[in-house]
Amino acid sequence: MLIGQDLIRADGPAKVTGQARYVDDVRPDGCLYGFTVRSPWAHARIDGIELDPDFDWTDITVCTAADIPGENVVALMTDDQPVLADGVVRHVAEPVALVAGPDRDRALAASHHVRVAYTPLTPLMDPEVSAGNAHRIFRDDNVYSRITVEHGEAERVLAETDTVITGTYRVGLQEQLYIEPQGMMAIPRADGGVTLFGSMQCPYYIVKALKRVLGHDDLNVVQAVTGGGFGGKEEYPSIVAAHAAVLALKAGRPVKLIYRRDDDLRATTKRHPAIMHYRVAVDRATGKLQAAHVKLLFDGGAYNTLSPVVNSRAVLHALGPYACPHVKVEGLMVATNTPPNGAFRGFGAPQVMFAAERHMDRIARELGRSPLELRRLNLYQDGDVTPSGQRLVDVGATQVLELALKEAEAGLPASGVPDRAGGGGAAARVAPGRGVAIAWHGCGFTGNGEAALKGQADVAIEGDRVVIYTASTDIGQGTDTIFPAIVAEVLGISVDRVANADHDTATVPDSGPTVASRTAMVVGGVVKQAAEKLLAALQAEVGAEGAFDDLLAQRKSAAPLRVRAQYRDDLGLVWDPATYRGDAYPTYGWACVIVDVDVDLDTGEVLYRRLVSATDVGKALNPVLCTGQLEGGALQGLGYATCEEVVLDDQGGMRNNRLTNYIIPTALDAPEMVTALVEIPFSGGPFGAKGIGEIPHDVPAAAVAQAIEAACGAVLDRLPMTPERVLAALQES
Amino acid sequence: MITSHAPVHCPADLAEALALRAAHPEAMPLAGGTDVMVFVESGTLSPPAFLNLWGLAELRGVQADGDGLRLGALCTYTELEADARVQATAPALVEAARTVGAKQIQNRGTLAGNVANASPAGDSLPVLLALDAEVEVASVRGTRRIPMDALYTGYRKLALAPDELITAICLPARHPADVQYYRKVGTRLAQAISKVMLGGRLRIEGGVVTEARVAFGSVAAFPVRARTVEAALVGRPVDAAAADLVGADIKPIDDIRSTATYRLEVARRILQGWLAAVAAEGASSSR
Ligand SMILES: Cc1cc2nc3c(=O)[nH]c(=O)nc-3n(C[C@H](O)[C@H](O)[C@H](O)COP(=O)(O)OP(=O)(O)OC[C@H]3O[C@@H](n4cnc5c(N)ncnc54)[C@H](O)[C@@H]3O)c2cc1C
Repeated sequence: MLIGQDLIRADGPAKVTGQARYVDDVRPDGCLYGFTVRSPWAHARIDGIELDPDFDWTDITVCTAADIPGENVVALMTDDQPVLADGVVRHVAEPVALVAGPDRDRALAASHHVRVAYTPLTPLMDPEVSAGNAHRIFRDDNVYSRITVEHGEAERVLAETDTVITGTYRVGLQEQLYIEPQGMMAIPRADGGVTLFGSMQCPYYIVKALKRVLGHDDLNVVQAVTGGGFGGKEEYPSIVAAHAAVLALKAGRPVKLIYRRDDDLRATTKRHPAIMHYRVAVDRATGKLQAAHVKLLFDGGAYNTLSPVVNSRAVLHALGPYACPHVKVEGLMVATNTPPNGAFRGFGAPQVMFAAERHMDRIARELGRSPLELRRLNLYQDGDVTPSGQRLVDVGATQVLELALKEAEAGLPASGVPDRAGGGGAAARVAPGRGVAIAWHGCGFTGNGEAALKGQADVAIEGDRVVIYTASTDIGQGTDTIFPAIVAEVLGISVDRVANADHDTATVPDSGPTVASRTAMVVGGVVKQAAEKLLAALQAEVGAEGAFDDLLAQRKSAAPLRVRAQYRDDLGLVWDPATYRGDAYPTYGWACVIVDVDVDLDTGEVLYRRLVSATDVGKALNPVLCTGQLEGGALQGLGYATCEEVVLDDQGGMRNNRLTNYIIPTALDAPEMVTALVEIPFSGGPFGAKGIGEIPHDVPAAAVAQAIEAACGAVLDRLPMTPERVLAALQES
Repeated sequence: MITSHAPVHCPADLAEALALRAAHPEAMPLAGGTDVMVFVESGTLSPPAFLNLWGLAELRGVQADGDGLRLGALCTYTELEADARVQATAPALVEAARTVGAKQIQNRGTLAGNVANASPAGDSLPVLLALDAEVEVASVRGTRRIPMDALYTGYRKLALAPDELITAICLPARHPADVQYYRKVGTRLAQAISKVMLGGRLRIEGGVVTEARVAFGSVAAFPVRARTVEAALVGRPVDAAAADLVGADIKPIDDIRSTATYRLEVARRILQGWLAAVAAEGASSSR
């Protein structure tokens, strides 16, 4: 059995020996370097673009909107975002012009000599006044998405219940911070087409976007080794690819566009900030939730990107994993003149689950019950119905909670405070605290998304090897390791004989995007089906039954044998996107996070001692990789909790756009982690697997907030809980 | 600029280095390069030339200096942390060294580089102030020592002539009645630029403070001594309430990393915490 074994990562050896080729490691002959000229204004009219006559432009290519051969549109959900601003800029750092030169310094120097004349206009920066504002950014009301999920009669029950608890929660922007910045190379081909090679999650998004930009479809997209995406390389690479392609076509040479980190941080998408209002009716005697009305407001920034989908996931997860008979959730996603926000691990769920869990803590506080007891009383059980009306089966909520609590009983590691360099030693005054939070996370696309998408995968016999063709990229999460294990398992052969073809759209089918915790669970299932089909095809060709290798030996033809499988909808999900009623997700993951912290009472710093988690993963296809995803996600969640803050200037530009100042946790900040796996198999996933990519990010922040409160009484309802905010809350408490 | 094509002068010995320094005062001295590289890459600085000090044997190593120590300008943090004499004389400096960047930076970055870089957030600087360190500087004209307390004249401004190089940092002997302290409040546990640092030294003789040094970093244009607090501490048993006077000595600002309010409050609290711990220690040891 290869499934459930810790097979070594397919991409590991090349990465640790420095052999892996990231996009910036490749430089074709004659390749030019590109640089993007960006708006310094949140909102402005472009009065003209001129080239400094005193600068030597002989070896420089310059492109503006006028040079785009096809449509000036980044095709995604709506066509609102231009490839290059034309006449008006709607956010700071918006691309206005492109330059390319023989080396980076020349390109950078040239960018300073592109003179863009702007007339600054008054921007709209506050999402709370955006909807319906006379200042129009998007369509006629600035609303990217408005969704209501309703079950029962929330308003009536809220009006009739004595105990109604209200609270408001706020979360800020968060940066994905993949290892290498955005980077793309466009290579004009001899046959007139163009190849795009770069760092990305979703090759077919780029195909779709570039067809419109170039006005033809003679292009292929190849993924370079990609050091992490976290959603940041879902939709954004289409823009980088469009820019590289426009430059390359004008210059007639390959063009490489690699973002500097400061540019990347200023320009690219982030997690949506949110303001979330909760009103929940509770029965004092039983501690049971009676009704809830939740209002969510998200800031989408200046263009739509994937914001409606973020809103969708947010409204569906807004109550956390708790049963409530009467629910109304209203989600509003609006436009502001700030850089567009977009996909990020969790896709709206981490925002609302911070709020939902903090609200449970608030209810517990007001009822005089323990936060844990209140959760136990209200956790989803089998047969409970979600706000969209989905009846839940195989609910793992209680199981993950009890397992995490049991794991957390084992002796707590000693506090690191006394040994901390420069931490004050014995003079430091700290208080310990523990927090517990629970997450649910719908795996894969919402509703019938997969049935509509019909993701495909091919598997082929090529010589004595088997090759897998998918568009599902490995972005560090392990796809290239998991898929061969699935195929080898089905065929009963050794995993070394199974390889992944390059993720090149010239040869791989569209498996759907590498997003939404869907790759192992959904595409893994399609790959498994393809392997089964291949075995059947081989049997048919040879006219016999038996083991794969025996059949292969009997094969007369040496030609490759390739089969294609497509997502099969046998789940019978019923979903109405118009009313948001029905089976919102094919299945749910469940997770419990228990965090032990030391709060420094003099500085408000939160120091992590241990993070215990228990997560229902369906089936751990590769336990080490699975644990790695869960631990990495948890640490990213701790960054969201206490240190990752995007500081903006008055134009909405990121001021702390360097790694010195945008603070993510280092290895020293990371706690000891205990990561327990629960396997409640999902019938629709390969070998029972569920999506696990996003759930670990959902509730660490909520657990930390509860732990801080337990440690020192400081109540924080806003992320990130920086030392400045913790100290202020401490002074208030 | 991303790449620098500026020439790099590589003197073989100190005499040549000083001659080059006098001839090319515009050439930027380069020690470990951990500050310089960042400035060059980000385009903050584009010096026309560099003067590479890394090969100068005269600037290496820790030596006795009377009863004190002379730390060669090229001493790295890792060297200081490992040196038994430095541990004995300046435990607070060792503590500060351990907080700089992370291992890689400690292996390459130098103490003199930290001093010369003159960042208000330079982690070693408040301790050097608290320890009454002196900075030894040399030029073709000769050698002199500048007390740490007189080194900084403004934001990133040093009392160094254009032809001078730092050759060493000198620490006086440790008095047996001295306690030293270092506290860094950064943005995280490694690779952290400080929001506030405190370097402290108290001489307690017969239960009474006879000398006090309290210095803060990241709360002014350059690291400063809290003289009001120092004066209030001297002449009596350790009194943690002296920390409440810190507002008279420091005027921190809001910036990208923190707020003035936070810095002032934290400066007061960490100082109070240290003084309270020293007072408690003294009370228990005299019983
Ligand atoms: C990732 C990272 C993390 C860091 N973390 C910290 C931190 O936590 N705390 C902290 O304080 N600093 C930190 N730094 C900054 C830096 O490492 C320190 O300031 C270090 O001490 C600089 O020493 P250096 O030898 O590398 O100096 P260099 O970069 O070589 O030089 C710094 C400056 O000093 C001048 N200079 C150097 N030597 C002499 C000399 N002998 N005479 C005259 N001028 C001289 C140079 O011309 C230059 O202006 C960090 C830097 C990086 C890149």
